[in-house]
Amino acid sequence: MKDVKLSDYTFSGVEHGEIADLRTLDKSDKNRILYAGVDLDQGDGSALFMQMDQSTVHCETRDPGLELLDINVAMKRYDGLPEFAWKLVDRDKDEFTRAVADKTHGGYFIRTKPGAVIKKPVQSCLFLKADKAGQNVHNIVVVEEGSEVHIMTGCSTAHGETHAAHLGITEYYVKKGGKLTFTMIHNWGEGASVRPRSVGVVEEGGVFQNNYVLLSPVGTLQMYPTINLNGRGSIARFNSVIVTPPGSYVDCGNRVIMNAPETRCEIISRTITTGGVNIARGHIAGNAVPCRGHLECKGLILGGGQMLAVPELDATVEGVDLSHEAAVGKIAQEEIEYLMARGMDEAEATSTIVRGFLNVDIMGLEGPLARAIQEQVAQIDKNGI
Amino acid sequence: MLKIEDLRVSIGDKEVLRGINLHIREGETFILFGPNGSGKTSLLMTLMGFSGYTVTGGSIIFRGQDITHMPMYERARLGIGMSFQRPPTIHGLKTRDLVLRCARGREIDPEAMAAKVNFTDFLERDINAGFSGGEIKRSELLQLMAQKPSFVLFDEPESGVDLENMQLIGKVVRRLLDGEVDMPPGACAKPLKCKLRTSGLIITHTGYILDYINADRGQVLYQGHLCCEARPRDILEHIRSFGYQECIKCLNEPAPGQIVL
Repeated sequence: MKDVKLSDYTFSGVEHGEIADLRTLDKSDKNRILYAGVDLDQGDGSALFMQMDQSTVHCETRDPGLELLDINVAMKRYDGLPEFAWKLVDRDKDEFTRAVADKTHGGYFIRTKPGAVIKKPVQSCLFLKADKAGQNVHNIVVVEEGSEVHIMTGCSTAHGETHAAHLGITEYYVKKGGKLTFTMIHNWGEGASVRPRSVGVVEEGGVFQNNYVLLSPVGTLQMYPTINLNGRGSIARFNSVIVTPPGSYVDCGNRVIMNAPETRCEIISRTITTGGVNIARGHIAGNAVPCRGHLECKGLILGGGQMLAVPELDATVEGVDLSHEAAVGKIAQEEIEYLMARGMDEAEATSTIVRGFLNVDIMGLEGPLARAIQEQVAQIDKNGI
Repeated sequence: MLKIEDLRVSIGDKEVLRGINLHIREGETFILFGPNGSGKTSLLMTLMGFSGYTVTGGSIIFRGQDITHMPMYERARLGIGMSFQRPPTIHGLKTRDLVLRCARGREIDPEAMAAKVNFTDFLERDINAGFSGGEIKRSELLQLMAQKPSFVLFDEPESGVDLENMQLIGKVVRRLLDGEVDMPPGACAKPLKCKLRTSGLIITHTGYILDYINADRGQVLYQGHLCCEARPRDILEHIRSFGYQECIKCLNEPAPGQIVL
């Protein structure tokens, strides 16, 4: 594991005032954020949040079914959010959680109204602009009974070269019959150190759907978001697409703990290394029956690098139904030639196969986002092969 | 259209084609017979340009251009198309997307084309994922229709196909060879037909495909040599009666030093 030395970063004094209109940001910043999945020029989400370095610079709700506050404001308003804050993530888990607990720069508190179906996604952007800045954020998401929301969160540095640390705590609460789709796209750089710590709870009949995309380099990233399916019939799905170019170190997994009967989960990851280190973890625990879980972890090595797949199944009762499938391979010559026989040259054929393998389409992203992602995938081929 | 001269091909150390001479004219459909392991598939793979098939001698001229060592995609772009026997599954690549890619920017209507091979329901499926024998054939034909080659290579169009599908596939193969793939509506077929006619090289074991297409000539490939040129139906009849053993008696030109059985 590449260490993160917190003393290398400045955890105070990198502040910014409110930015009323995010369209006024620098073009290059907006473009970096677009590659992290948030199109600020379009900006048509149900709510819009932006954290820049150590300040919340924008926080705006447009849907009456939705509450969005800066986390520090929410803590003040709701007496420290005793039901939600630091209930799922242990503030003493490691030095990163402690750092955020000691000094929370910002982050969002998102809560839906019971029964509210929020049509447009909430857009959130966590941005690191200053060199050597450390960013401590704490996010809390509460999806009330019977409500639905999609949160698109993009995390980015201003440049590929920015040296910065992002420490992010996220606690998810999906109440009875609620549905949370959480799509996170990372666009860091080789100088970024990233330590998210996320835990969620899903109640009866609730659904947690997580999409994660990392296509650009990152210095070091380690995370293992965990979802507890505590209510009968609750469901969790994770889809991850991760690419590690040379210099990237990514240790990333998803964990689902099924604590109630009739729960289901699926963890799917597609990883490509073109020279970096990629540790693809996965863990499903079955503690109640009936429950069903499947873990699928497929990797490609293109050119170089290391891939370590660590799938784990942990069953504690008779009758669980858990499975996993892990594979690390290469692009089959047979597939390339099949496409070449249809007139594609080798580069076209390869990128077509890689695009299919990563299968980003599954996340249903549209418009400029989908294009930005396709461009990044095309870039992988160029660099990787 | 296609002129093969003294073509010798090896897979690894093993010589699989031992001096093939073959000339297929514009618009002509040529049928290749031969027992298992005789080199039929190797010939098709070599014409398409697959890796692993090393040309050790001779030449392949397509429409006046020497394609002997040309990369596969350039051959495809020159107008050579191939129907695969066992195509690989490509996860995440939708049939529709591949069909569009086959057309290489030419405007096509994937729905209308898929309807012709009863394949509309498969457009959103990953290509070849869990396709049955007949589905693979229909998918291959759909891709060829989009690609619109001037010369098609078919490796056993009837293998793994049930009777009902055979009829559909036979008709589509015929239409493909007749060049009727995407004729403008209302166009008079007759004069166009001669101009658009596609050439073909077809491998068949059973000969079922002959019920549907106008095959002009045929020949038997036996132990890496071509022999016994005749009308395809006559060859089929001969093989049915006497088997392939008879073919060795009329090997055209055994290679020097070759042991003739």
